[in-house]
This record gives sequence, structure tokens and C-alpha cells, in this order.
Amino acid sequence: MPRDSIVLLGVNHKTTPLEIREKLALADGYEDPLRTLGSLDGLKEYYLLSTCNRVEVLYTTENSGETKNQVLDLLFGNAVSRSDLEKYVYHYEDEEAVEHLMMVASSLDSMIVGEAQILGQLKEAYRYASSQKTSGLVLNKLLHKSFFVAKRVRTETRIGASAVSISYAAVELARKIFGQLDNKTVMLVGAGEMAELAAEHLVGQGVAHVVVANRTLERAVKLARRYNGQAVSLDELIEQLEYVDIIISSTGATGTILSKSDVKPVMRERRNKPLFFIDIAVPRDLDQNINDLDNVYLYDIDDLNNVVEMNKAERDKEAVKAERIVAEETLKFSHWLDGMEVNPTIVELRKMADDICRVELDKTIGKLKDISPKEQKSIEKMASAIVSKMLHNPLQFLKSNNSQCVDRRERINTVRDLFQLEDETDSKRHDS
Amino acid sequence: MSSSPYQISFLLFQISFVVYFLAMAAYIVFFVSQKGHVRQMARKIFFAAGLIHTLNILFRYIEAGHTPITSQHETVSFLAWSIAWSYLSFRWRFTVKNFGTFVSVLIIILMFIAALASREISPLVPALQSWWLPVHASLAIMADGFLALAFIGGIMYLLQEREIKRKRFGLFYSRLPSLDALDKLNHHCLSIGFPLLTLGIITGSVWAKQAWGAYWHWDPKETWSLITWFLYAALVHQRFTVGWRGRPAAIMTIIAFMAVLFTLWGVNLLLGGIHTYAS
Repeated sequence: MPRDSIVLLGVNHKTTPLEIREKLALADGYEDPLRTLGSLDGLKEYYLLSTCNRVEVLYTTENSGETKNQVLDLLFGNAVSRSDLEKYVYHYEDEEAVEHLMMVASSLDSMIVGEAQILGQLKEAYRYASSQKTSGLVLNKLLHKSFFVAKRVRTETRIGASAVSISYAAVELARKIFGQLDNKTVMLVGAGEMAELAAEHLVGQGVAHVVVANRTLERAVKLARRYNGQAVSLDELIEQLEYVDIIISSTGATGTILSKSDVKPVMRERRNKPLFFIDIAVPRDLDQNINDLDNVYLYDIDDLNNVVEMNKAERDKEAVKAERIVAEETLKFSHWLDGMEVNPTIVELRKMADDICRVELDKTIGKLKDISPKEQKSIEKMASAIVSKMLHNPLQFLKSNNSQCVDRRERINTVRDLFQLEDETDSKRHDS
Repeated sequence: MSSSPYQISFLLFQISFVVYFLAMAAYIVFFVSQKGHVRQMARKIFFAAGLIHTLNILFRYIEAGHTPITSQHETVSFLAWSIAWSYLSFRWRFTVKNFGTFVSVLIIILMFIAALASREISPLVPALQSWWLPVHASLAIMADGFLALAFIGGIMYLLQEREIKRKRFGLFYSRLPSLDALDKLNHHCLSIGFPLLTLGIITGSVWAKQAWGAYWHWDPKETWSLITWFLYAALVHQRFTVGWRGRPAAIMTIIAFMAVLFTLWGVNLLLGGIHTYAS
């Protein structure tokens, strides 16, 4: 009796363009699609995950060939053509499915490897499946295991530790310079997408005040309003340096707009409180020598890129460690599944033996007229001892992990043949 | 084998040395690996070492019959002890990431020096037989404890600042705290250490008046503690008036601590004078 297959079907940012993913995404929550899946008889346990980067369905079934198309048609048939589904949907089974789920949970399959969001999304999705009772013994165990793996990866590797985008790198640097950011002020000089992104990150990290300086005051006012900030004109730039802490510069100017000699006197005014300049303009806005001043730090776009590259290299190293952890846990889970495979046979074997034992005991005890309850007990004890001892070796033979020379499936068949368990199971099947 | 208190104190000294060493090893492992449970362990070991060291000093007090702060061995060991406890008192209020690693290394260096020095207990010369001895000497050495923490903070600041300025992140960038935290550490330690140092010098001067008849003798130790005091006074003054901070403050802290060390040992070894009691 082969065990149920674990099947994982899905699309993610790597395999599938956004316009397809958009159509497949389960926009209206998990409840309805989970209910829809319930109409398929072939599925035993199932669970759905939909995020902006991936849509995945995971289920257990006896017949993986048949159910695949049924599931795809049911969930996505209306949104995307059959040929597109064939082209984009990946399909993992058993160990591969387990490994993939663990990779996803540990954020090794994410667009930004190491980001922490995915685990929360996974837990959310699982909450729906478990509250609708569509997950059972196998999927519960598998999902809990994958949460556990994600935690292990997070604590045992430094995969989520370093910033891998320019704006995050800037935030991280600001933290290393200022410690707390919540009483700091950031000034945007000129406006551009990247400068705004960096400013947004800083505000998200608690930076309290935003000042915007721009050539056209109108644009400055508009941008400042977005952060509840203050707009100033470019002419006030040097004056403003006294009050701000972080300066993000991205003007379209051809020459430098601040030189070392502009900044030096400001430091006295500031009582040497640190200044952090981030120059993301090309060509650069700020005089490189500003970095030589005490308590003043200047990073240009190349410097930040270097930081990001270093962090990426570090992260790739950590990813190797993380993948080893996933492989380890996948193996452990497979062992558990193998145990699952053996369990029904063990249960049946015990049951058969116990049945025989009971029948023979009833016969014998019926014939013996006047025996005391104590004597009856000892006879029963003896019978069950004989059964246990007889079964000991066959059970060891089934359970053992070490006898590699004989395949587990084969060992199960041997035992089933020997004790003629086959026919019985075909007529009344066990569910777990 | 008789168990005189002398042996007990020496045994305690050796045990505390070993336990400090284990704490340092654990702190270094934590520094490299950044595993939280290793830090927990290192903290416990360090705390145990501090307690054993305290017992060592108590027993030494009983053996000597006076505050054990006169010989080379005693002063250095006492300095290590005061660094350990100022660090522990400090940790209790706020934590500075990976500070313990650096502190434990400095303590091991000092304990090593103390272990090499003669442990002979010399009888107290008449000039020192006064209750001013524990007051003056322990104030001075406790001040040195906090100034040593400022010194370590200064070194950490320079290491961290170097990586940020050069834009090449190595061992320290992720492991050391922010520049701001290190600068605050400097500020905090100075604002405790400097008043203690001032008190140490004042009590010494009052004692000198009683013992030798004049407040100030221009003995080399006095001169050098005055130089040290001026260095710290300049630093504190600059910090509070023009907001000196960061690298210049860190460098100044390191230089001033060199003066502390010279006052503590260099003077006795090189210049002599009336403060030299044990040779």
C-alpha cells in the first residue's frame, strides 16, 4: 500500500511574469478557494498560499497524476489558458515539495532573500487551512516543521542581517552613526525617485522631521507636505545644515553644491553633532573631501553600491548554510513520512494477531469450566506474551532504518505477503 | 599543610584569574559568533569572576591588616577589580554591544601583570597608617576604573569610525555599537571618573597636609596626577562647552588614560618619590 503523495503546484516571481501572476493571485482571500478545493474527492489534505510574488497550492493525494489537472482547472481554469498553466506552473512531489516549502518558509526562494515577511504570510495562509480543517496529520506536521526550519535558518545564519538595497544600506549606516533615529532630521536636496525611497525608509525607521530643499520651491512644498515636513529653497542649504542630521542629495546640478569649506564652519555651530551626507546624484553634488571632516560622513552612490555588493556576497555565503539546514530538515521529515508508510502495516499486523489471540482465548476459556479469575488472567497474559514475542522480529524488520539492502517498500510487501494482510486492506482502507 | 589566610587569598586570586580568563574566552567566542546564549554564559562567568575577585581582596585585607592597595600586585589587582565592578554596575544601567569582550581582555592583561608582581605583604610604613589610605587610594583607583572604561570605549569608537569613514566593513562594523552609543559611553564614564579623580587628588592633598605638613610636595606622583587631571579637565571642559565629541574626544581619552597608567606605574618605576612604598 503506497502512501499518499505530497504535491506542490505553483508559480513564483522566478518562473512567471507578473501579468500571469496577477491573474492567478487569490485576491479574495483563502476561504472560497479552499472550499472549492474541497469538492475534489482526490484531495485529502490541502492548503493555499498567495502573496504578491507567488501562488502555491499544496496537497496530499493518492493519485497525483489525475488530481493535478483537476486542481489547476478548478483554481485557475477561468483566469489563464491551459497552455499557459502548462508553461509556468511548477510541480514538485514528495521530498521535492517538502524541500520547496521549507525553502519558501526560510525566505530562500524570495525575491529579496532573507526578508522576514514571507514567514508571516505562510502562517496566515496556514491559519485559514487549519481553521477550515483542510489540513490534516501530514500537512500540519509539514507546515509546523517548515516554520521551525525558518526559525532555525534565522537564528543559525545571518541571512537576514544585512541590507541588500541602496536605501536600506543608507538606513543601516545612519543607525551605525546615530544609534537612535527618532529625534533626527533628514533633508532632501533635490528630488528623485531614489532619494524619496531612501527618505521613506528613514521615516519608516523613525526619523521625525523631513526638510525638502529644491530649486523650484513649488515641488519642494509638494514633497514636504507628503512627509509632513518643511520646504526651503536651495539658497538656504548651508543655513539648514545647522539643524538637520542626514542629507540626501540628488540634484541635477553639474558641479558640486557643497564644498568642505562650506561644511566646516557649520560643525562648530552644530557643536560637532554628526552629519551624514548621502550623495546619490550623478554627477555628484557634494565635494568628496567633506568626508575628511571629523564627525562628518559622506557616502556617494558608488560607496553605497559597494556596501550592497559586500552584503550580497555575505548573504550568498549564508544562503549556502541555510540550504544545508533545509536539506537536513527535509531528510528528517522524509524519515517521518517513511514511518507513516510503515505504520498502517504495523497496526494491521498487531490487529490481526490480537484478533487471533482473542478468538483462541475465548474458545479455550469457554471450555475450561471452573477457573478462577486469577487463573484466567494468567492464561490471557501468556497468550498475549506469545503474540508479542512472535511479532517482535517482523516489527523490527519493518521499522529498522538500517537494513539498507532491502528497500522499505519491499520489506512492507514481504511482511504483508507473509501474513496475508493484502486482501483485507483493499476492502476497508485506513485513512491515516 | 597549614591553611594560612595567605594561601587562601592567593588561591582566590588564582581562581579569579582563571575564571576571568574563561569569561574572556566566552566573550571572544560571542564576539566572533554573535550567538546570544554564549553571551549569557560569558556574563555569568564574568560575574562569578568578579565575586571571587572581591573575596580575594577581602582575604588579602585580613592577611595584611590594612587595605591591600599599597604594593604593585595589590594596586594592579585592585584596578582590575574596580574595572570589573564599574563595568558590572554600568551594564546594570545600560548595555553597550560587545563592550564586555574588550573589558575582559583589559582585565586579563591587568591580572597577568598583577600575577607577575611580588605578592609579598610588606608592613605598612608609618606614613601610610591612617584611615586616609583606603579613602584616598580607593577613590583614585575607582576613578581609574571608570577612566579605563572610557579608554576602552575610545578604542572601540576609533575602530568603528575607521570602518565607516573608509567605507570598508570588516570585523567590527556589524559587531560594534553605533558611534553615538560609544560616544555616550565616553561621556558617561568621564562624568563619573573625573569627579572621582578630583576627589582622589583632594583627599590625597588633605592627607599630605596631615602626614607631611604641606598640601602639595611636587613629588613625581603628585605632579603626574596633576598632569592627568589637567588632561581630563581639558577633555571634559571641551565636551561640555564646545561639544567636543567623536574622534578627537576618543583620542584624547586614550592619551589621558596613558597618563593614568604612567602615574600608576611609570612614576614608581622611573621617577621614585615619596609615593614609592614597596619596591
